[in-house]
Amino acid sequence: MTADPSIFEVARAVQDGSQACLPTVEAILATIAAREPEIRAFLFHDPEQVLREAQAIDDRARAGDVVGPLAGVTVALKDNLTTEETPTTCASKILEHWVPPYSATVVERLRAAGAIVIGKTNLDEFAMGSSTENSAFQVTKNPLDTTRVPGGSSGGSAAAVAARFAHVALGSDTGGSIRQPAALCGVVGFKPTYGLVSRYGLIAFASSLDQIGPFGRSVEDAGALFEIIAGHDSRDSTSLDRPAPQVLDRKDRGVEGLRVGVVADLVNFCSPDVVRRCREAADGLARAGALVEEVSVPATTLGLSAYYIIAPAEASSNLARFDGVRFGLREEGADMTETYVKTRSAGFGAEVKRRIMLGTYALSAGYYEAYYGKAQRVRTLIIRAFDEIYRRFDLLLCPTSPTTAFRTGDKANDPMAMYLNDVCTIPSSLAGHPAMSVPFGEGDDGLPVGVQLLGPALSDPLLFQAAFVLQEMANEHKRLSAARLDRTDRGGDV
Amino acid sequence: MALKITRDEVAHVAFLARLLIDPSEIDQYAEQLSSVLEHAADIEALELNDVEPTFRPIPLENVLREDVVTVSLPRDTVLSQAPETAQNMFLVPKILSEAP
Repeated sequence: MTADPSIFEVARAVQDGSQACLPTVEAILATIAAREPEIRAFLFHDPEQVLREAQAIDDRARAGDVVGPLAGVTVALKDNLTTEETPTTCASKILEHWVPPYSATVVERLRAAGAIVIGKTNLDEFAMGSSTENSAFQVTKNPLDTTRVPGGSSGGSAAAVAARFAHVALGSDTGGSIRQPAALCGVVGFKPTYGLVSRYGLIAFASSLDQIGPFGRSVEDAGALFEIIAGHDSRDSTSLDRPAPQVLDRKDRGVEGLRVGVVADLVNFCSPDVVRRCREAADGLARAGALVEEVSVPATTLGLSAYYIIAPAEASSNLARFDGVRFGLREEGADMTETYVKTRSAGFGAEVKRRIMLGTYALSAGYYEAYYGKAQRVRTLIIRAFDEIYRRFDLLLCPTSPTTAFRTGDKANDPMAMYLNDVCTIPSSLAGHPAMSVPFGEGDDGLPVGVQLLGPALSDPLLFQAAFVLQEMANEHKRLSAARLDRTDRGGDV
Repeated sequence: MALKITRDEVAHVAFLARLLIDPSEIDQYAEQLSSVLEHAADIEALELNDVEPTFRPIPLENVLREDVVTVSLPRDTVLSQAPETAQNMFLVPKILSEAP
């Protein structure tokens, strides 16, 4: 088994002409043509345009142009990232035919680095959901088992990377929307520290929580993409005014002496097979020299309730801009109020309406302090609890998702059951901390399990340092099982 | 058990959010919204008056820039995405009606 080249290696080969971009892209397009009818990862995909871009990049490389560190690397973009001249829908009827007048900062940075946008990927409408079933247009399937969901809300991006429809992808994470689908599709997903990646051009869901991040088939690829998109941007007032962190140089640094806490409170919400993998990951880190201990952080269990007040509250405010005046759908009424009501009622799907109503309720007179005020204070409690625990530990470890990928339709009609998927991912989101899901073996059903690394604000490089070690252990385990299977196939002893 | 949010409240909140919920769906919304608020009972029960609320995860100062003219989006491109325009402006249905 030879490892895939990393995306920086792909780009170097395109740049020096040793492996042209066009044949690689043609192979990817063939994979998409074969499997996309079943997976349905893309809301927009134009093969002709992709081929033209690939040819242009080869031409530039041949002419001696420095194309960039992502020359010829294919990237899938979640369809809540604006792309100039390419439709951006948020998987909502209210933006069905919208063509943004500008590109997101991350998209500009990818293009400047020589990347090729392979398509725009499906999501739960306005990123509200954990299964990519809430899209107004299509349901995305998990490439590893098409009876299952890919997770969400960035399910299209996770599925695209897992199905090899793109080298890497971008998603957005508000309460786990990168990490949970990454876990369910068996890829790496990273939510950076809030403020490290510009949100300019990310259509807002909950502004104090939203953060853009990478998906990759390896920790290297996720890290390379992160290094390209991170860094200050004056167009986002919450963008941190500091240089983009370097993370790839953390490879091979090991975890000797790192203090890692396994969060017992969150482990309790997870199924036994997922918990087993998480314990194996902890044991592995300990064998590699980390100081591993089980810890209790009770405040983390309050995250779910706080999140499902705060995120809808912010969403109800952010989504007020969809009024049928400046862009998107308009359903004409007799007057302006009726136009607002008709437009929004026709344009938003059921889950978006639920969240808008929940948020409006939590912010309304008489309930503001009981719900929104209380949730904001709980947010403080969670941050304090993390501050406390990070005095004793460098990193925390827990599962990413309570279970492996569930069946399409299983939780579609029970919002609360769906929300419970986010219990392990929400605490870091509320604190603005970085968190990463790394594939680590399989559950009893043979589907991938993701383990999650958490750290304090700006510990992003340290998360990568530990993630490289976990990846190495997971790959080693895979090699051993493959060798065992191989011997079994040949009739030998297991 | 009584629902945390009643049918009437659902209809009222929907109107505040400029949404119209079909009468046949109001019961379902009332149940679903109530189940989320039921879950929030764990934080509702906490006594937190001495804890400051957090509005954003990372402390930030207000960001100012020099008051200089910079390139903005082309007007035609922006207006091209509007449902209706006239004379370089967004056109909307009338807001006020004639006195009776």
